[in-house]
Amino acid sequence: MTLVPVLGAIALPAASGLAAAALRARPAAGQALACAALCAGAALGVAAAGTVLLGGELSAPALGLRLDALSAIFLLPICAVSALGAVYGLGYYPQAEHGPRAVRLQLFYGLATGGMVLLVVAGHAVVFLVGWEVMALSGFLLVHTDHERAEVQRAALVYLAATHVGTLALFALFALLRQAAGSFDFAAMQGLPGAGRLAASAFALALLGFGVKAGLMPLHFWLPGAHAAAPSHVSAVMSGVLIKTGIYGLLRVTGLFAAPPATWGTALLLLGGASAVLGVAFALAQHDLKRLLAYHSVENIGIIALGTGLALLGRSRGEPGLVVLGLGGATLHVVNHALFKSLLFLGAGAVQHATGTRELDLLGGLARPMRATAVLFLVGAAAISGLPPLNGFVSEWLVYMGFLSALERGGGDLLAFAALGVPALALVGGLAAACFVKVVGVVFLGTPRSAHPRAAHEAPRTMLVPMAILAAACAAIGLAPAAALPALVRAAAAWSRLPPELLDGAAARAGAGASRVSVAAAALLVATAGLVLLRRRLGAPRAPDVETWGCAFSGPLPRAQYTGSSFAELLVRRFSWAIFPRGAAPRLGGAFPARAAFHTEVPDTVLDLALAPAARGFRWLAARAHLLFLRRIQFQVLLVLATLLAILAWGFGW
Amino acid sequence: MLLLRTVLHLAALLALPPLLLGVVNRTKSIFAGRVGPPLLQPYLDLAKLLRKGAVYSRTTTWVFRAGPIVGLAAVASAGLLLSMGGAPAALSFAGDFVLFAYLLGLARFATALAALDTGSAFEGMGAAREVTFASLAEPALFLCLLVLARATGTLSLSGMLGPALPGAWGSAGPALLLAAIAVFVIALAENSRIPVDDPNTHLELTMIHEVMVLDHGGPDLAFILYGASLKLFLFGAILSRLVLGRGDGALASEALFFLGVLCFAVGVGVVESVMARLRIVRVPQLLVGASVLSVFALVLLLR
Repeated sequence: MTLVPVLGAIALPAASGLAAAALRARPAAGQALACAALCAGAALGVAAAGTVLLGGELSAPALGLRLDALSAIFLLPICAVSALGAVYGLGYYPQAEHGPRAVRLQLFYGLATGGMVLLVVAGHAVVFLVGWEVMALSGFLLVHTDHERAEVQRAALVYLAATHVGTLALFALFALLRQAAGSFDFAAMQGLPGAGRLAASAFALALLGFGVKAGLMPLHFWLPGAHAAAPSHVSAVMSGVLIKTGIYGLLRVTGLFAAPPATWGTALLLLGGASAVLGVAFALAQHDLKRLLAYHSVENIGIIALGTGLALLGRSRGEPGLVVLGLGGATLHVVNHALFKSLLFLGAGAVQHATGTRELDLLGGLARPMRATAVLFLVGAAAISGLPPLNGFVSEWLVYMGFLSALERGGGDLLAFAALGVPALALVGGLAAACFVKVVGVVFLGTPRSAHPRAAHEAPRTMLVPMAILAAACAAIGLAPAAALPALVRAAAAWSRLPPELLDGAAARAGAGASRVSVAAAALLVATAGLVLLRRRLGAPRAPDVETWGCAFSGPLPRAQYTGSSFAELLVRRFSWAIFPRGAAPRLGGAFPARAAFHTEVPDTVLDLALAPAARGFRWLAARAHLLFLRRIQFQVLLVLATLLAILAWGFGW
Repeated sequence: MLLLRTVLHLAALLALPPLLLGVVNRTKSIFAGRVGPPLLQPYLDLAKLLRKGAVYSRTTTWVFRAGPIVGLAAVASAGLLLSMGGAPAALSFAGDFVLFAYLLGLARFATALAALDTGSAFEGMGAAREVTFASLAEPALFLCLLVLARATGTLSLSGMLGPALPGAWGSAGPALLLAAIAVFVIALAENSRIPVDDPNTHLELTMIHEVMVLDHGGPDLAFILYGASLKLFLFGAILSRLVLGRGDGALASEALFFLGVLCFAVGVGVVESVMARLRIVRVPQLLVGASVLSVFALVLLLR
């Protein structure tokens, strides 16, 4: 097969922004042309990924490109979500309105997409790093779009610093791998021994470099700020697919090693469990809609890491069942999370577009003016909470099945304790559902809490259609999960290098379960439809004509409604060992208490309570060192010389 | 024969649940020295509600009207996965208990959203409490089901509550006993019974489940009440099979199973008569206690 579609999928999006730049005089046409070019490239990418997932592999060693099933399963959401985001941008960020800023956005949006495509189809470490840096830097410039606001500047700077720490680790990682394999080509690195110091340091570097990008706790600190600060369709791409490149890198690098040690899988299980539970706990405490969604990305990356950890354990223990269920669950969750998270971010963008605020406690009652947005957001909320009959349930179920298959070990086998992941996942599921009841309830239901939602309007069709497509994809995967399984098994085979016949048994079992899930989903839909008909027969519902019951207090007060903060308070208090909200309750006293105000904020524990103070301390130290040594150039030279001598001495001594 | 049995089970699943509420109420009235309502009163209540009209608040949208429907449909679909009297369920596969728990979660999601749709502070309070306690009950339930899965060596509800259960009681009795106690606690919490929630309370500030459905009336309320009794029946069925899993003669084990479900209802009534509701801040401790019990049970099996 030819590589032309893949090259098109890289080049067309990367160059798409040029159309917007060239047609600055006719902004609407320029943006439409850029969007069309990006969509055409994405369609080529989807086609290439589809052919590979149906069987086959593309490779062009001369260009350093290779597309196997594992790459293809990441390529699919990258292309789909980027294209839908670009269409959404036509309504959300029109060039006619935003001028040069929108041109820049279009330029970097296309470059980021091209970079992501390049890095997942790279078969050579240098090509991979080029794609990675293009993606990371255009990501920074995208976050920086509304650069007048101080919070945007801070978020973008933190993102830039974090991503470069990650890149530094990746340079070291690939240098190590090059040393061991003698080539930067991934094909030559295949089959490196999993035991020994080299493998251990490679895994540690990969965990750092890719973990920062993926947003694994505690390396997630850049993520909430950056995703909240970027324009919403950029947040959708960043949260939906850009952070998944970290997972892709982790899978690609661990796939290079033969028989990875059990500690790798265990490490990912622990990190994934912590990310999942704490991610959703932090999400519950947020009152900014987009920050809340960003913390849910940390949670979902945790679920993906749990599946990956299981698959790694399966490889080190020679259990093909664990590999299929773990990797199948992880990769399907990658796709699913890309679908519902971008749907939710696009929905949040529509809310912000219509009301001008992201503050949960200022919203309310939007289901009336924004009927379609509310329905679509609700679909995304149910999907991310893992509720049947939507796609989030299916991938979580696969990960559950992975943990449960660990339960079938004999007595005394330590692997059986992996089953403790089941209650952890159940806790995460319960908390996520609680959090999305809060979000949907506070934003879309009840009565408006301020003037912002009262003036809201429905989103234009260019914004609604991409959301509807994403929602339909969520429902399709949820209703017919068995159709996706063969592709997942191919990805598992490509990653683990196990012969497919070894994976077939577990795959057949999962497939049988998945088709029964479809039956149950169908039963649920039939029961719902039947009850709707029955309800109609019992008498047409009367038009709403009374006030909500308020204990005989007629005249409902919007301010008396439960707010997002009060809704989550019971649960957030359970996590007071990890979350430290700031703010004190005002003192009210006397018969006629004075007017009082109450304000809380939830700092990110890692960024605001650990890293920022540490950075301040470091700056203070640097200033002191400057005073002592660096005011005269002779001292500076002396310092350089001393460092050089120390390194030389260390090098010879070692 | 098997098909007939499955059909009969589904019929029992749909017809019996309100009777359980009648048994609970009768038990409570006997403890209180009252005559109490007739056993079949819940059926009459449902029939009455189905004939009435419903009143809707101006604040509500379609979400409010969809809540009872989705809630009932989800609980009924969960019933398809449940094995009764040791026979396989209508739908069963490895890992189906995850679907069972998540379908109950869907019902809760729909009910809580409908509550928030009214814009009432009381209903928001109830929804917040419901989802909080549910997210703590969920891990405990999964731990109990893990114990069952490990003890019986199967991953489907039909297998866990099926023919392998008597053997499991022989080999892992203590663990199963701990799990059964934990399931009873979870059943009380999930069904909003004392000591977690008082279904008879008249003070909105202290309610959990009842306050979420304050604004529903007529057929919508009938759907909610029926769904709640169905859920009580599902937990009763799990517990009855788990505790009385010994019968193997087809008819005898059937009879034993339904007797067990009625005993569960009596047990709920007894607890409700002799205990007071816990303070709301104590409820999480009860649920974490149930989790700890089932972790002990699991460790007993895994060592």
